[in-house]
Amino acid sequence: MKFPYSFPVTRAFCTYLGQTALLAGETFTSIVAGRIRWRLVFDQINEIGFGSQAVVIITGVFTGAVFTAQIFFQFSALNMSTAVGPVVSIALCRELGPVLTGLMVAGRVGAAMSAEIGTMKVTQQIDALRALAVNPIDYLVVPRAVAMLVSMPLLVAECVFFALIASYFVATRILNVNSVFFLHHMWSYTHGKDMVMALSKGFVFAIIVVFIGCQQGLTTKNGAVGVGRSTTDAVVISSLSILMINFFLTMALNIIFPAGVRS
Amino acid sequence: MSSSSPNLIEVRDLRQTIGTQEILRGVNLDIPRGETVVLLGQSGGGKSVFLRHLIGLMSPLSGSIRIEGEEISRLSERELEPVRRKIGMLFQDGALFDSMNVYENIAFPLRERGERNGKVIREKVANALELVALQGQEKKMPVNLSGGMRKRASLARVIISEPSCILYDEPTAGLDPIVSDTINRLISRLKSQLCVTSIVVTHDMISTDHIADHVALLRDGRIHFSGTLEQLHTSEDPVITDFIQGRSHEID
Repeated sequence: MKFPYSFPVTRAFCTYLGQTALLAGETFTSIVAGRIRWRLVFDQINEIGFGSQAVVIITGVFTGAVFTAQIFFQFSALNMSTAVGPVVSIALCRELGPVLTGLMVAGRVGAAMSAEIGTMKVTQQIDALRALAVNPIDYLVVPRAVAMLVSMPLLVAECVFFALIASYFVATRILNVNSVFFLHHMWSYTHGKDMVMALSKGFVFAIIVVFIGCQQGLTTKNGAVGVGRSTTDAVVISSLSILMINFFLTMALNIIFPAGVRS
Repeated sequence: MSSSSPNLIEVRDLRQTIGTQEILRGVNLDIPRGETVVLLGQSGGGKSVFLRHLIGLMSPLSGSIRIEGEEISRLSERELEPVRRKIGMLFQDGALFDSMNVYENIAFPLRERGERNGKVIREKVANALELVALQGQEKKMPVNLSGGMRKRASLARVIISEPSCILYDEPTAGLDPIVSDTINRLISRLKSQLCVTSIVVTHDMISTDHIADHVALLRDGRIHFSGTLEQLHTSEDPVITDFIQGRSHEID
């Protein structure tokens, strides 16, 4: 058993993973026990959900537009321009929508969570909460986790929706793809399970962003420098985790929701 | 939870290390009910670390802390909550919540303990603000308060839940003599009006003379002296006389 612990990096990774898993476990225990402050949850939904609208919509619109243009340029040479719709749609639902939303939310919300909780940690505000007999996990992590689990799948759906609208306009108005063929093919090849896959990924990425952001904040040390480091680490670790876990999630979800033509 | 002991808090052989440094090396101290105990000691000597143990913000390496006869040193975070409801703590920088104004900060403990009646909350906040002489500052955010006001607002947040014991971490540090005197008078007033037991960590001798019933000196991680204010001033122990007179032998 000494082998994995002989590497400091492995040990640090295992410790971090364990601490984050414990935080998640304690948070879900509190949620199940009903220790939810709904006013704080709505505040966080406003901050995470409504506050991320512009970022997510702009990301969706321009990703849908540029992806459509690029696919069209490649496919039109093969006389397959009407296949642009389904390719864009499936790619957006199954991969680009959830991943890009996850990354944007990790950058915007994960960083803010880590910075806010980290600042509270180094200015003894978290100790003050504890001294006032208020559990910091119940007060700080639970509302953020509930808000994130509600908001993220909706943000993913919103990103995909606006990306598809942008895709339709770019394909039919700028690149002159026949709108009937575009919509028909898109409809034929895109299934409800693709959207379920998008929402499932959104849910998993919400867990990654919220617990990494909060864990980084709660373990912040060394004043302002520490807050800066925690914030950077929260964004980097959650972004890399999203990209890596996305691969395994794709493989697993493809077994549950295999890709294919509507029967 | 009730105890026949005259002491509210009893600390036995408390040990703690931070990193490789041994901060507390077997602290023994009794805190009598209703008295103000001042814990003196050099900066970085472990006074604040000791104070944090009394409210469960740190777990000791070994030793025992009994509050009203109940051993708290091995309690979990959730098991500590009832203990913390009886003890308030004034942090060195106030530790007011940045996201809330003064009113919300002071009302916070009441709301967290389930008080939903707005009128009751307003009345209690007004009383607490009056006690710390901060009327009219309710709408201010902590960032817009001076150091003394932050401490007083923080003290109002502590006393609103009527604790039986208040822990003060350097209550006069960084304050001018006038504001320090205001804080000292507040501590004395809380003792006489609310009959609270107070434990004050400081190295301010003026403050000590003003508020202390009982004084302890922490040195090298142990209680070097424990006695009344008079015993402290009449002591011929060079460590105590050097501390009282602010004399250093490090650079001659």
